[in-house]
Amino acid sequence: MSDLIIKGGRIIDPAKNVDKVGDILITDGKIKSVGKELSSTLNAEVMEAKGKVVCPGFIDLHCHLRQPGYEQKETIATGTRAAARGGFTTVCCMPNTNPPIDNLPLVEYVKSVAEKEGVVRVLPIGCITRGRKGEELADMVEMAQAGVVGFSDDGSYVKSARLMRRAIEYSLPLGLPIIEHCEDVELAADGVMNEGIIATRLGLCGLPAAAEEVAIARDIILAELTGVRLHIAHVSTRGSVELIRQAKKRGVKVTAEVTPHHLSLTEERVLGYNTNAKVNPPLRTQVDIDALIEGLKDGTIDAIATDHAPHMINDKLCEFGMAASGISGLETALGSLMGLVHQGRLDLTLLVAKLTSEPAKILGKKFGTLAVGSPADMTIFDPDKEWTVDVEKFASKGHNTPLNGEKLKGKVMTTIYGGQIVYREEN
Amino acid sequence: MLSPYQGERGEMGIMDKEAVAQVRDTSAWKHHHVLDVDDFSVAEIELVMQTTDAMKEVLARPIKKVPTLRGKTVVTLFYEASTRTRGSFELAAKNLSADVVNMTAQASSISKGESLIDTLNTLEAIGADMIVMRHPLSGAHYCAAPHVKANLINAGDGWHAHPTQALLDLYTIQKHKGTVAGIKITIVGDIKHSRVAHSNIWCLSKMGAKVMLCAPPTLLPAGLDEPAPYFPQAEIETDIEKAVRDADVVMELRLQKERMQSGLLPGLREFIGGYQLNKERLALAKPDAIVMHPGPVNENIELAADVLHGARSVVNEQVANGVAVRMALLYLLAGSKEL
Repeated sequence: MSDLIIKGGRIIDPAKNVDKVGDILITDGKIKSVGKELSSTLNAEVMEAKGKVVCPGFIDLHCHLRQPGYEQKETIATGTRAAARGGFTTVCCMPNTNPPIDNLPLVEYVKSVAEKEGVVRVLPIGCITRGRKGEELADMVEMAQAGVVGFSDDGSYVKSARLMRRAIEYSLPLGLPIIEHCEDVELAADGVMNEGIIATRLGLCGLPAAAEEVAIARDIILAELTGVRLHIAHVSTRGSVELIRQAKKRGVKVTAEVTPHHLSLTEERVLGYNTNAKVNPPLRTQVDIDALIEGLKDGTIDAIATDHAPHMINDKLCEFGMAASGISGLETALGSLMGLVHQGRLDLTLLVAKLTSEPAKILGKKFGTLAVGSPADMTIFDPDKEWTVDVEKFASKGHNTPLNGEKLKGKVMTTIYGGQIVYREEN
Repeated sequence: MLSPYQGERGEMGIMDKEAVAQVRDTSAWKHHHVLDVDDFSVAEIELVMQTTDAMKEVLARPIKKVPTLRGKTVVTLFYEASTRTRGSFELAAKNLSADVVNMTAQASSISKGESLIDTLNTLEAIGADMIVMRHPLSGAHYCAAPHVKANLINAGDGWHAHPTQALLDLYTIQKHKGTVAGIKITIVGDIKHSRVAHSNIWCLSKMGAKVMLCAPPTLLPAGLDEPAPYFPQAEIETDIEKAVRDADVVMELRLQKERMQSGLLPGLREFIGGYQLNKERLALAKPDAIVMHPGPVNENIELAADVLHGARSVVNEQVANGVAVRMALLYLLAGSKEL
């Protein structure tokens, strides 16, 4: 493997509190040195990064790679290429596949396909309950032995408080987070978009913020009871942010993530029955966005995760009520989020932390930093490059995004995983 | 294309000259599809009203048929049961000499993978020039419209819209009140799940009426406290006596039985106690107030029998006007440039 030297970039490494212009030398897939004016070794490839940000590869705590079972929507091969294109070098894939990842052989399967066909690191998440049915516990210990990094019935809430309590108690020795899709089934009922005047205008059944908040409140209480690490997926409402803020103040071991779409898009995107804006939890309001940004800033919300949810065209080209929920988000994440930075609403270094060091902390992993000796997982992005989202150029099979055709400012130029260039922007 | 009034060897001349004159200028008409009234201009709504007058004149004749749609095929595609709306559209199309094909689809046949767009394209392929569709899912027509060349007319979609009902209600009110501008119209009942209410709120507000909504809180839609800019402003009143007081029009909505099962109401008795329009409550409205209902009426639930069959009830007029309004829309669509 030849050496690689990245020269003159703005190096942001939140784990090390680094934000300076300099060079990085990569040898044998690892970070060899970081400093000013590093001299290149003889056989090193030189990459000019002036005016660009050089940071640890992004870590996505929450995506859907759809394999096994829904390979027409996405595969580990296409999903990891989409990740690379979006600057992600580590993705945690949710177990709502078919069959759901609820036992050891299935975890092994995902890992082996990822090894053979993936281009970035894939960390599987296992089910909390067998078959994601919410009735009995999945084989949590065996899945942990096989390498899952957390447990989730994502897409479904564990309806039974009793079973949820058992799940978090049982998994206590494993030290892995329980990642909960918080949505009270009864309150959510047939809801397909945020409850409010736009749902009223469109005659669509509303999903109240309370459906999320009631569920989060229950789980916070259970986490408090058991002392287990609870991670709340895709937080979308102001009330949820407040619940988590208060819980953290009390010392409850709770962490939370938010998606780029919940940080940047409102329910108005649904007007005209835009099925590409149908997502669960639904797009909310500007008030919620403001609270989510506040939550990122004060540490209430730890990480940004895409909830990349690829679907086929026909899953979306139908009546709104019938359409699948989800946004293909890996490839637009940075551009969407940089919009907040350009608006002055989010600090660039904070954004990088929420995509790198913070999710690494939740996973308890050593990557997500540019410290010497770390795996050379890196993202190089141009914070000012304007580009137009074109789903035809997506690596993901999922072309379902409400952002198609829109201009974003901020583009991933190069993604390096274990010292290998896995994505490079072609000009 | 020529206006349907021209080039037919003066066949439309059998229409009253004055009536024809009223609708000769159809330049205000902009729609290729009729999906809802929320995107109708006041001028378009007024044109529909004028055209309906002309159609009423046709319907008053011994031979109530004109050749406007001769050689055109109108397909009605209903994913939900309907008697009056479907029959009304069918008669409207036949009165304009169209060939009419009625297709029934089970709501249960709506499923992922069975594309609504494919179904509509198939109807076009067999020769449909206009498709009248009712669908249980809100917005179904909006998903289909960009992919359909035939004129698509919404005969009701989910909780969302029922534009022809709103237009026939407006027409009926105007016949009695002259204008809706400034008058108080109280809509009572299951507002939340009512596409009739939704389209009426748009249409009547646009034409200047003061709309008051009266329902138990569980049957009111969310967000009405701050509706702008997505929904018209309407007053809310949960007490029917206050809501009906001094009203020029009281419109009751049909109550679906399943509302009790889903916990929105404890039972019929309380609904009747709180929201039925009876003689005593009607007496609180203006002396010349009219009583409306989109039908079918649950007699003695939404309307007391003596109110439904009383002198102030215009429920049957609504049905009669429905045919004329739908003729007017089919007529205007036939003349739309894109056809």
